[in-house]
Amino acid sequence: MDRREFFALAPSRKKTVKVNVARTDTGLNPYTGTWGTAQVVHLLKRTMFGAVPADVRHFEGMTMDAAVEELLQTNVNIPAPPVNNYNTGGYTDPTGVAPGAPWVTAPEGDNMLDDKRRFSYKAWWTGVMLNQERNMHEKLVLFWHNHFATETYTIKDARFMYAHNVMLRQNAMGNFKALTKAVTLDPGMLVYLNGYLNEKTAADENYARELMELFTCGKGPDSQYTELDVRAAARVLTGYRVDKVNIKSYFDPTKHDINNKQFSSWFSNKVITGKTGDMGTTELDDLLNIIFLQQEVAKFICRKFYQFFIYYEIDAATEANVITPLADVFRSNNYEVKALLRALFKSEHFYDPLNMSCLIKSPVDFTVGLCREYGVQFAPASDYAKAYAQWRALQAAASSQQQNIGDPPSVSGWDAYHLAPQFHELWINTDTLPKRNMLTDLMISTGYTYGGATLSIDAIAFADRLPNPSDPIALIRDSLAILYRMDVSDATKTFLKDKILLQGQQQDYYWTTAWNAYKADTTNAMNKNTVLKLLNPLYKYIMNLSEYHLA
Amino acid sequence: MKRRDFLKFTAPAAILPSFINGFSIQAFGSSPLLAALEGAATDNDHVLVMIQLVGGNDGLNMVIPLDQYGKYQAARTNIAIPEGKVLRLAGQTKTGIHPSMTGIQQLYNDGHVALIHSVGYPSPNFSHFRATDIWLTGSDANQVLATGWTGRYLNYDYPNYPVGYPNADMPDPLAIQIGSIVSPAFQGPAVNMGMAVTSATSFYNLLDGVEDPVPNTKAGKELKYIRLIQQQTNKFADSIKAAAARVPNQGAYPANNHLADQLKIVARLVAGGLKTRVYMVSMGGFDTHASQVNAGDTTTGEHADLLEKVSSAIKAFVDDLKGLKKSQRVVGMTFSEFGRRIKSNGSTGTDHGAAAPMIVFGDYVNQQVLGNTPTLPDNATVADNVPMQYDFRSVYASLLEQWFCVKNADLNSILLNNYQSLPLVNGLACGVVTNLPDINNENTLITNYPNPFSSKTVITYKTRGGHTLLQVFDTMGRLIRSLVDKDHAAGTYTVTFDGEALPNGVYYARLQNGVTQQVRTMMKVR
Repeated sequence: MDRREFFALAPSRKKTVKVNVARTDTGLNPYTGTWGTAQVVHLLKRTMFGAVPADVRHFEGMTMDAAVEELLQTNVNIPAPPVNNYNTGGYTDPTGVAPGAPWVTAPEGDNMLDDKRRFSYKAWWTGVMLNQERNMHEKLVLFWHNHFATETYTIKDARFMYAHNVMLRQNAMGNFKALTKAVTLDPGMLVYLNGYLNEKTAADENYARELMELFTCGKGPDSQYTELDVRAAARVLTGYRVDKVNIKSYFDPTKHDINNKQFSSWFSNKVITGKTGDMGTTELDDLLNIIFLQQEVAKFICRKFYQFFIYYEIDAATEANVITPLADVFRSNNYEVKALLRALFKSEHFYDPLNMSCLIKSPVDFTVGLCREYGVQFAPASDYAKAYAQWRALQAAASSQQQNIGDPPSVSGWDAYHLAPQFHELWINTDTLPKRNMLTDLMISTGYTYGGATLSIDAIAFADRLPNPSDPIALIRDSLAILYRMDVSDATKTFLKDKILLQGQQQDYYWTTAWNAYKADTTNAMNKNTVLKLLNPLYKYIMNLSEYHLA
Repeated sequence: MKRRDFLKFTAPAAILPSFINGFSIQAFGSSPLLAALEGAATDNDHVLVMIQLVGGNDGLNMVIPLDQYGKYQAARTNIAIPEGKVLRLAGQTKTGIHPSMTGIQQLYNDGHVALIHSVGYPSPNFSHFRATDIWLTGSDANQVLATGWTGRYLNYDYPNYPVGYPNADMPDPLAIQIGSIVSPAFQGPAVNMGMAVTSATSFYNLLDGVEDPVPNTKAGKELKYIRLIQQQTNKFADSIKAAAARVPNQGAYPANNHLADQLKIVARLVAGGLKTRVYMVSMGGFDTHASQVNAGDTTTGEHADLLEKVSSAIKAFVDDLKGLKKSQRVVGMTFSEFGRRIKSNGSTGTDHGAAAPMIVFGDYVNQQVLGNTPTLPDNATVADNVPMQYDFRSVYASLLEQWFCVKNADLNSILLNNYQSLPLVNGLACGVVTNLPDINNENTLITNYPNPFSSKTVITYKTRGGHTLLQVFDTMGRLIRSLVDKDHAAGTYTVTFDGEALPNGVYYARLQNGVTQQVRTMMKVR
């Protein structure tokens, strides 16, 4: 059932639809319950890429309120731009960018160069995610990438890809209306949806349609814009062009339609007065003002946040208790994203046990999250040749699992966030699940190798970051607290300890002895091997179970 | 989630997802060993079943040295099995077995069991984990190997696995572990070659398509979905189900016997035609530091119960395979990470030890007790251990050669060294009949003089020629010196052992020449 059907059925829903999962009426009231490891890990897995042990400890020591506030901080540092990592195998950047130097402002070059820069860009982005600051900024960039989806294979110019990413990052936690304007004027988006071809003699409606259907109003039953509105908006947006020399967009008044634009009754029959010269650019502000008056805009965006961060199904209670009041918060705060996030991540609905551990990890969340949680070692950015190869290896893994950053399948973003009825379940199928398992199996044993780079989980290093790794009971409990969100019974923990970690041996202290022997002399290869051969199967087993794919 | 539910559900997950890959048959043809196998063995569908006794099985109470009963009894006053209760084996006067092992006794007397005395390795390790690792990888005591011994064999036979598998020639898992995790023994150079069937329950649920309940929540809904996909991606599920379906009826197995439950599954899969080469089953509880016997009757208690389970499970397994007309396909062996100390402790138990006996069984197994009963000291101390007579890798090498028909020349690359061949399996198994040499030679092959000695002693040894090894161990099994390790012409030789720097006590000189070895006890005094 998609949302449209859902709303159509709403009045009789309780009589006709079998309710087969427990439902909740919790809403946006501030959460006042327990603030423990489970809640912290829940918050971190949803708002960052994985719950890193050090981050868990950091936020455990705060109140929920303070923790969310800290996560709402924007990045302190701007990531250094991607560099030339592709002067290899006899290839030389024809535009003269030196190895290790940024290419983002250099001339464009040919298709082959754009291809090489595309891989540099995707590797770089993966590296930025891996090295995210302790806040939710980077997750928001991915969220907006799915919302304002573009494809690098259509944009072609790698410099536009990067500029687009910078634009998303600058606005990710700012004002949604300002972000929408920035996206509209973004050279990458102008290329992607043909905005740069849109002119008065033959308006191209592509962007105008997606602006309403996918970016602001949505296509729910309460979104009632018409074809007239699409055409009117397209005419508002005539005249924008891209400048490949300065890597930006500009307005050409001679291509702009200076006639008045009439909107439908849903937009209160508003008219945008056509303007001449550079004043033509103010029509975009007029257009956004008209659109953002619609209450449905805030609801539509709130639903998208909900489906990205909480769960894909929005039932009647959630629509009434969460979406509607959250949209009110969003509107009354003039579309400030932080206000929305603050209300959502401090709500009792977010910490409702029924909303925990039900989010299937996206491939990017799965791959980047596991590297961060285990503390997988990557070369420093200064060793760009090695670092980019490793980042690329991880990005390729996520891509093979059907989430290729920079290239979602269409302007609608990834199917998992909009295709009913399966939504997030689309991430897991008979092709992608074995790939996920294969990746973790390799990373915990011989290493995952791609393009000459190898990624490995150091199980000892991970265990060493836990509070009390020499105690097998604590080791299992603390590992699961980080790696799983599903509750695991004491009996199961005992099973993991006795059968997997202790390999059937009867005494807990055998593990303690083995661990302490390793810690007493970490250079002793024999002792290290013993500990590794107990830890690796443990973590391999944990990652092989279905529970590992839920956040 | 209840533990039972957890176990039930973990089957598809525990079945190694690494196996699921593309489908082609190119990899198989490139195996030189396969070509060799095809030439050598007309019907090599042989299966090896490894039975791991986790915790360190007390070998001295399982296989009892009747010829040294007095010393045995003296060393183990509180746990010794009464001489009259020890089960006798056909044609054996020196060696008997634990009274609870009537099943093994019968199998032996039927001619299908080999007992190997004092299997170990130089400088044994007394840590469970490290010792287990040594047994599973086939490493030296001071060596760390990333691959398992079986994994190296399987990789040799099925290179590039898992790329190209399953395929028409090998549609089934190469190795199956009944247990929680895939044994490190199956670790190949690239991937683990084995697959785990978590538990008997999970196995039968797989066959029956039983699904586990999930919580009535959104999380439960998603978990159920992922599990469904996990089941669908297990490409071996179908071949396992098909094999099991071909065996609707099996023989009787003892109840409440965890090992029997596992072996019953193995028999069903073997008889159902699964081409899997190696199975690993395991049973825990052998770490009997305390109360291994009941004080009133040393033939009863924890260890007796364990051995009864091992014995009756193996007996039922063999009987079932015979009933299913598949017993010729199977050779089984028991092993444990170490034996236990010669002297019992004060809490009617035994502490971690060294060498211990192994049981090898199967239609093609040569009925025999290999080696001599362990040399026991007159007055055993807590530090005394059973000295090794056979290297455990000799057992592996012999099974690979005589059961999996691996050419002798190829053994070195699998076991990474040259180990003596023991006559475990009838030469008919690989179509190569060999004469059994007189390995239980009554002739003394090694002596020393003086004995006791204070600083030096001269060891005299007799070799039939060929590779001759002479090692000296202390009572902890540590390799003190390797005095001879070379090819000899047949004859009698002497070598001087200088023990000047060594502490007083017992030392064992071990002679190995081809399939023969003997251990000489030497005493150093001031």
